[in-house]
Amino acid sequence: MRRRCRGSGSMADFLQSAAAFIVLMVALGLVRVARGPGRADRMMAAQLLGSGAVGALLLFGAASGDSAVFDVALTLALLSAFASIAFVKFAMRQDQPDDDEEHAG
Amino acid sequence: MSRLLDLFSIVAIAAGAFFYLAGTVGLLRFPDAYSRLHALTKADNLGLVLVVIGLLPQVDGVLMALKLLLVWLLVMLSSAAVAQLIARSVRRKDTRP
Repeated sequence: MRRRCRGSGSMADFLQSAAAFIVLMVALGLVRVARGPGRADRMMAAQLLGSGAVGALLLFGAASGDSAVFDVALTLALLSAFASIAFVKFAMRQDQPDDDEEHAG
Repeated sequence: MSRLLDLFSIVAIAAGAFFYLAGTVGLLRFPDAYSRLHALTKADNLGLVLVVIGLLPQVDGVLMALKLLLVWLLVMLSSAAVAQLIARSVRRKDTRP
């Protein structure tokens, strides 16, 4: 069994409630996915979801003292970066099919 | 000393949560895509950085602190690059003839 975090039980409670607050904020930000006029706005909400989830996972990992959650946060950061970059490549290719000097190489 | 570190953590994490709140409100309320991107990058960078700084005194050992810093570095790099890329895609769409 791993040791709990150095703070007392109330500190772990504070960390977990901060994580819950960040998740709530990110969930509110997902309204932009439903409402957003453009695809870029929807992708921005997804980017906020990625970074908010990383922050919430770090808080939760420190509250529970489990270092595996930090690995999950690291993987999620990598995946959200890949998702946004894939979106941008796709959107640029679809918006301007004749102007693709970046795809020449 | 431990009390002081706990207080520091609480202040920094609360400030980070406030920046997540500000990013969400900006993403929902700002009028166009560029200002929304501005609000989003504030939440990405400042919110996560303050959360990581607040968590640094709370984790056990140097290895977990290094892992926290690694997550922070990765998110900083990727969010900066992605913000530039999204802004470029929005601008190309706007200036399209």
